[in-house]
Amino acid sequence: MASNSRKTGVLAVATAGVMLLAVYMLFFYLPPIKDEAGEVLSGSFRIFFFHMPIAIISYLAFGVVFAASILYLREKSLKWDIYARSAAEVGTLFAFLVLVTGSIWAKDAWGWYWIWDLRLTTSLVLFLVYLAYMMLRKALEEPEKRARLSAVFGILGFMSVPLSFFSIRLWRSAHPLMFGGNTGGSGGGLEGTALQLTLLVNFIAYFLLFLTLFSLKVQNELMGEELDARRYAESEA
Amino acid sequence: MIRSFYIAAKDLKAEFRTKQMLNSMFIFSLLVLVVFSISFGDFLGDTEKVEKLAPGVLWIAFTFAGMLGLSRTFVMETENGCLEALMLCPVDRGAIYTGKILSNLVIVFLMEAVTLPFFIILFNYSLGIGTLLLLLLILFLGTFGFIAVGTLLSALTLGTRTRELLLPVLLLPVLLPVLIPSVEATAGVLAGNSIGDLVPEIRLLAVYDLVFFVISHLVFEYVVSD
Repeated sequence: MASNSRKTGVLAVATAGVMLLAVYMLFFYLPPIKDEAGEVLSGSFRIFFFHMPIAIISYLAFGVVFAASILYLREKSLKWDIYARSAAEVGTLFAFLVLVTGSIWAKDAWGWYWIWDLRLTTSLVLFLVYLAYMMLRKALEEPEKRARLSAVFGILGFMSVPLSFFSIRLWRSAHPLMFGGNTGGSGGGLEGTALQLTLLVNFIAYFLLFLTLFSLKVQNELMGEELDARRYAESEA
Repeated sequence: MIRSFYIAAKDLKAEFRTKQMLNSMFIFSLLVLVVFSISFGDFLGDTEKVEKLAPGVLWIAFTFAGMLGLSRTFVMETENGCLEALMLCPVDRGAIYTGKILSNLVIVFLMEAVTLPFFIILFNYSLGIGTLLLLLLILFLGTFGFIAVGTLLSALTLGTRTRELLLPVLLLPVLLPVLIPSVEATAGVLAGNSIGDLVPEIRLLAVYDLVFFVISHLVFEYVVSD
């Protein structure tokens, strides 16, 4: 327990360092970005460098929910339930941040905070699915039943992740597509090491942030379980 | 498979004795159509606007009316310990799920079949036979996905305290991936597109129906294993 929290402490410090570097790179290292026509894009484009990592990592978090849910149903060990609910909580936070950062960029680029475009809709769906997951957890009291039923919902809800991911590749969308193919409207690829390096550092920063938040949450939940067990033992005595 | 039919037949027999669910679902969906038709009354003559609004209205009516029925699917089984008896049946749990899906599908299709003529009248459509068949295909695909997820979640919310509130909260977000292409494809059909134009939506609906059905079939066992 104690060594775990020390590891998390080290992780948190490392996360803070990489995040500072990522922010520095965004503001001072990135050259002005030009579009295909050679015009300089407005500075709001820089949001992309953390918008996309956050989005990918929210998918990753929901992937953890999905995997932990399957493992719970197989092994019936409450450990997996703790992983599932911790990842779901962090993932929902990230999914929310995707919507927020996306909206801020959209206001500058499109003039609207929100349009009913498929990419945006499916991202919202993702957020709503995991809000519903949390609602379900709140509605169930008995630990075993809560773990079992929310695992089922965690598996079912994960189906919205591939939809969100592939939405801009399946339909014509106003949302820019950065990599792979050119069926999705505006936006070219990312050229140049400066851009790719910044993106990579941001990726690492947000991945570390996810790991830190996730392990803090897991520790919290474990302590909560211990407290419940002690309370139970006391009430028995 | 044949056992699923027995379970479906049992449910349908119980339903047709009273027609309680079917009647209330149909009246509800009709009321939704009427309320929308009244509130859009000023521009029902404007074909362009109707084409944009009507498919959504149709699916709102079906979804909300269907949800009424779904929330009742397993409630009737809890009376007199019927659910326990059903679990004791020497059938696979997946067969119970499939049976419930079949009976729900029949009931919801009946509701849709009665609602559809009213929709066509209220929103002043005149559909040819080809368009109608295409519309029925879209309705089938959309409804199947809706019922596949809804039946599972109906069983899932059975064990919670706030059952009636929780079902729509859980169902609608998961269902949006089915509802979006359904509404789009319905709009396409009503605008007179041929089947060739609707292939992406139909493909997506078919894939989602299959995925949701298979996954629900696999996890249903854990929902009812008390």
